[in-house]
Amino acid sequence: MIDTCITAYCVINDNKIVINGETYFKDNESQDFNEFIKAAYRFSNINYLKFFKMDRLCKLGFVVADLLIKQTAILEKYDSKNISIVFSNRASSLDTDREHQQSINDRNNYFPSPSVFVYTLPNIVTGEISIRHKIYGENIFFISNQFDEKLLYNYINTLFSSSSTDCCIAGWIDIDKNSYKAIIYIIEKSTNNSKDIIFDTENLKKLYIKN
Amino acid sequence: MKDVFVISENIITSLGFDTEENVNNIKNYKTGICKLDKSDFWTEPFFVSLINTERLNQEFSNISEGKEYTRFEKLCILSASKALKNTSIDVKSKETIFIIPTTKGNIDLLKNSQDFEEDRVYIDKAASIISSFFNNPNTPIVVSNACISGVLAINTAKRLISAGLYKNAVVVGGDIITEFVVSGFQSFKSLSFGPCKPFDVSRDGLSMGEGASTIILSSETKSNIRVLEGASANDANHISGPSKTGEGLYIAIEKSLKNSKIDATEIDYISAHGTATPYNDEMEAIAIGRAGLLNSFVNSYKGYFGHTLGAAGLAESVLAIYSLKNNFLFASLGFENKGVSEDLKVIEKHKEVKLNKILKIASGFGGCNASIIFDKI
Repeated sequence: MIDTCITAYCVINDNKIVINGETYFKDNESQDFNEFIKAAYRFSNINYLKFFKMDRLCKLGFVVADLLIKQTAILEKYDSKNISIVFSNRASSLDTDREHQQSINDRNNYFPSPSVFVYTLPNIVTGEISIRHKIYGENIFFISNQFDEKLLYNYINTLFSSSSTDCCIAGWIDIDKNSYKAIIYIIEKSTNNSKDIIFDTENLKKLYIKN
Repeated sequence: MKDVFVISENIITSLGFDTEENVNNIKNYKTGICKLDKSDFWTEPFFVSLINTERLNQEFSNISEGKEYTRFEKLCILSASKALKNTSIDVKSKETIFIIPTTKGNIDLLKNSQDFEEDRVYIDKAASIISSFFNNPNTPIVVSNACISGVLAINTAKRLISAGLYKNAVVVGGDIITEFVVSGFQSFKSLSFGPCKPFDVSRDGLSMGEGASTIILSSETKSNIRVLEGASANDANHISGPSKTGEGLYIAIEKSLKNSKIDATEIDYISAHGTATPYNDEMEAIAIGRAGLLNSFVNSYKGYFGHTLGAAGLAESVLAIYSLKNNFLFASLGFENKGVSEDLKVIEKHKEVKLNKILKIASGFGGCNASIIFDKI
């Protein structure tokens, strides 16, 4: 088996962003997710106008991925065809599905919109991140009842052993009604850095629960 | 790495409830895409491919009584149970995994949850109801990645079995026609004004269809159809429009060929995504050209039973595997005059051709693309 490590991770939960265990941004003022994620976007100096068109699931995943990609410089290290993206969540795109459903509930007030409908798929966030960073690697989106470290671990291992993945952006991005949580890991072949965390189910789960 | 084989399959569409019935209708150049005058799914008449509900309920009553299932769940359970009939795999074993591709699952419950509990609209719930029907002890794996879900699910099954994590996988998935998806595609103005015409010069959009399908893969039971490597890739270009250079699809095909250690010239036939939107078919033609596959025969099944979304890659793989087994290629229904810039060998009439290796490709919203290769041994 190929020796792989978690070289960085980032969590957004509860109006807070944590990178590699340290609080990067905390917002005590925002009243809801929309306010919070905008504040996080500004704090992070992301500067990408398309961000404001995205739905909430995409905004959540986009900010986490942007911070991690900057932090790890994986784009400079790897061929962008060999950077894979493996995401998962429970609520799929239901957050936006409900919005689209609202627009068609009443035939007398019927206004389905392509700019909403396009976000009624969970993997659009993968597309948004790929477009922003020009990443051409493998994509998959899993739906599971809860964070499934075994599935992520097993599937990501098959990617690394296929020789067309050098680095993987993976994790959980979920938003449903008033709750949200994202945790994304950068997984690479071992870099022999003392801060690297061994990529296994135990560590995936531990970091997910701790944050 | 273990070899993985296709050991059984099923396809349910407007053209039939098993592979044979679908094939017989396809052989007669029949389409299941019809004009729907009822306004259940859209405010005006439109063309769509629907599964007969009476027949679904009647066939389903042969395998289950009492417990209530949604339309989506019934289709998946019926498809899997038909496919399982032809195998001796132990579906109750920890070594058998259910892998379920779908884009929207029970999304119809969002408008009206009817008699079902509210969490049934969550896909993990629907998936566990499907795998529990067969008393499978594992948590099913749900792949929801737009219109490449079906191909990705086959590839996921192949990879997990190859790595020795499971011995068998029941890949079963589908999508149903709902007002939710029809209104969305209508808002994009991407639906055709008649049965869709993939790769044709006069193509004007896609026809939606519903379907469920199953492919059972195994490393312990062997067959003469082996699954080689699959791959996926993103266009990194646009969330709802295909890349003008076919970049992601080209990369996916290249990776599949390279990892399968085969040359482009060995691919006898490509089962294309062929949605019949002007941009998709052109993008596919460019990617096929760039990959050096212009000598391979090409078709799309969308003209027969429409675009079945999450089921598409799975259902179309079932038919492509039928072609591979039987050395028989189906015409691309709706195609008359070439309407893409590359010189694709689009199949105009059914024909017998010796086939050894075939490629299935798919593309979807979010800029995603996938490919997989099947090999006859």
